[in-house]
Amino acid sequence: MKHTEKELVLLKDEVSKMWKLVYSQLEKAKQAYLANDVNVAREVVSREKRVNSFELRIDSDCENFIALYSPVAIDLRLVLSMMKISVTLERIGDFAEGIAKYVIKEANSPELDELKKDLQTETMFNTVIEMLSESFLALDTENTKLAGKILARDETVDEIYSESFNIIANAISNGKITPQQGVRIIPVVRKIERVGDHCSNIVEEIVFYIDAKVLKHSK
Amino acid sequence: MLETRKVNFYYGDFHALKEINIKIPANSVTAFIGPSGCGKSTFLRLFNRMNDLIPDTRLTGECLIRGENIYHKSVDVSVLRKKTGMVFQKPNPFPKTIFENVAYGLRVDGISNRSFIADRVEQSLKSAALWDEVKDKLKKSAFELSGGQQQRLCIARALAISPSVILMDEPASALDPISTSKIEDLIHTLKKDYTIVIVTHNMQQAARISDKTGFFMLGELIEYDDTKKIFLNPSKEETQNYITGRFG
Repeated sequence: MKHTEKELVLLKDEVSKMWKLVYSQLEKAKQAYLANDVNVAREVVSREKRVNSFELRIDSDCENFIALYSPVAIDLRLVLSMMKISVTLERIGDFAEGIAKYVIKEANSPELDELKKDLQTETMFNTVIEMLSESFLALDTENTKLAGKILARDETVDEIYSESFNIIANAISNGKITPQQGVRIIPVVRKIERVGDHCSNIVEEIVFYIDAKVLKHSK
Repeated sequence: MLETRKVNFYYGDFHALKEINIKIPANSVTAFIGPSGCGKSTFLRLFNRMNDLIPDTRLTGECLIRGENIYHKSVDVSVLRKKTGMVFQKPNPFPKTIFENVAYGLRVDGISNRSFIADRVEQSLKSAALWDEVKDKLKKSAFELSGGQQQRLCIARALAISPSVILMDEPASALDPISTSKIEDLIHTLKKDYTIVIVTHNMQQAARISDKTGFFMLGELIEYDDTKKIFLNPSKEETQNYITGRFG
């Protein structure tokens, strides 16, 4: 393997490690949220710095690769997509942390459990976690055939999200939760929905890298 | 490993190198870049005293390899050149067989043990990533090889005498992109055993293969730093203007 290829393999490895960490963060955020587990939530918050470090390291690696190796064609697309994917993964990491912080504040509110079920947040979580996992598989196997399937999943998330405001409003008007609790849970649902959007962005970057096609804004 | 202290070099009245101070680490690749006539090749040739062969030249300052001033009167230049291999811009194999080209330095050195020479030739050709391509035609003329193969043969010839330093003056500028890529990969592999100093006009090549880069202009070493630093965030405006093509 040529030296430049080795550098690219190292770059992809670094992004893979970040991906696994972010995946774990999201899994734990879900676990903490559904089980009101403050300890797990604290774990997520404490590991967020590691996600940020990955982003800085990958940024620096990409800058160095462009400066030193002047990549073209698929190599250039790979470096550009890795840069964007690492930024996106970092944002997903932020969302996991935000959800964990919510759990730490609201853990002693069992009255929210029924609302969480009504909001189908577990389904939302599972869907975005699958999207993240499948997009990793798409990159790892360089298989863009998975792209359509992954992007379709985001529609499920969006549909659930679009129902959530009415469900929260009803819960408030029925007195099941306080308006403050309602206001505080909206950003959580929003964060899960945004994770789905970011997973879609990742898939678009993978397609750009492998097939040199631009899916962005093509809907 | 390689060091110069306040080195000045003159071709007659022309002041070609001005107060050059540098420390080049062992087992690394250092590239010198700069416009034509900036002094980078002159500087490279200081390390095996090739400039001694040019009449009416003068050196001041110190030029050291492993702490020893190589311009001290006690230094045997032929011993110095055995420790300091050199590869030039154009491949220059001798009009001999492939085997004899690599064995040449050993024979000149008085070695006659056939199996030792054969082993060293094989090892050198392997180190130069050429063995697989020539192992079945070692008795053929070196001129039958392609330009890229000839250049790797010259590298093998330099390696055969076990130097610690390899000086390369534009080693790939006369080669096609595939041969260039092979030479660059070879340089990467060799640096674990050798200290390599390379002069190149190709800035991308310097960026790709070197650990440290020095930028020369008008006989001055304007900037010398880690290659990543030079190509990402050089300290001097002159360096930035040169590597971005804004020079002049």
